Amino acid sequence: MFTAALIVFRESLEAALFVGIVAAATRQLAGRGGWLSGGVGLGVLGALVLALLAERIAAWADGIGQDLVNIGVLSLALLMLLWHCVWVSTHGREMAASARQLGVAVSGGQRKPWALMVAVALAVLREGAETVLFVAGSISGTPGTTPAAVLGACAVGLALGAGVGLLMYAGLSRIPARRVFDVTNVLIALLAGSIASQLAKALAQAGLVERWTAPLWDSSAALAPDSALGTFLHALVGYDARPSAAQLAAYAAVLAIIYFGSRLLARPRAA
Amino acid sequence: MRTKLPLLAVALAALAAAPLHAAEPEATLVIKNHRFEPAELKVPANQRVKLTVHNQDDKPEEFESKQLNREKVIPAGAKATLYIGPLKPGRYDFYGEYHESTAKGVVVAE
Repeated sequence: MFTAALIVFRESLEAALFVGIVAAATRQLAGRGGWLSGGVGLGVLGALVLALLAERIAAWADGIGQDLVNIGVLSLALLMLLWHCVWVSTHGREMAASARQLGVAVSGGQRKPWALMVAVALAVLREGAETVLFVAGSISGTPGTTPAAVLGACAVGLALGAGVGLLMYAGLSRIPARRVFDVTNVLIALLAGSIASQLAKALAQAGLVERWTAPLWDSSAALAPDSALGTFLHALVGYDARPSAAQLAAYAAVLAIIYFGSRLLARPRAA
Repeated sequence: MRTKLPLLAVALAALAAAPLHAAEPEATLVIKNHRFEPAELKVPANQRVKLTVHNQDDKPEEFESKQLNREKVIPAGAKATLYIGPLKPGRYDFYGEYHESTAKGVVVAE
């Protein structure tokens, strides 16, 4: 039963951390709770649908259907995060400024962080579908256990994952309002890099990219990917003990796009 | 954003432009009673290998290998394909994450 809790914990960790960071990044926005829970709810719904279709999807495209779905979800999530980073570079500063000066929540039709909410839904969807499959498989007649015990263990794993997300949120919330955006922006940029790296890996796994697929180095002796810290860093910044050149290139390219893109856009346009 | 989109498109196109050639080595693994058959799978080194995993159990399994840098869920009764390598000669452990105590194997590249 410990295994079931551990597997569900690992699957939920990445999404939970992401939700925690997004919750902190959108603290100043009115109606945030609704957007966040909407994103999580949509993600859970999508995960159930994906899990139901899993058998059919697996057979698509000569057995790479699941990777294709994964690639689609990762690409969309990456676009949403890139969009958000650009959005922040044009609106974030004024948002932080007005929140600080007026001490009120910023509201307004055009300032809803919808891109982040879609990204939240996609994060929950991706990890959620695997969790649902695993839980459903374990409930149906695993010898030596009862469905209640399995569900209980999975609930413990999920609660632990959510707990880490909450801790992340609580930690970020202690940062003063004028600094918190800087921190969450960096975290979201690193998450975008991590998604780009996972995307490169998924393309290689599906056989769609053949170049640059060999691992460049192996740091698993220094920091094992299945250790507690390795798992945490994988979920937070995309730590990979054996990254391929394509993964590294994708990671670096996304960080460069965000960095130079937001500097370019943050410049006054009148000049 | 508009000025950045072409850049992104070029980057993605470059990633996707890798050639796909036919007649590459293939290998098959079967999952049965939460074990992999064969538990030791020989594949040619320095070539990409198309690996088909057929899960004959009535439970899903996740094929996972830190050493191959691959993970993929295979639903009950399903067949799924993943590409591994090109690998340097050596042994690469893999396991089934959902039944780790029994589902273990090794890819031998030579």
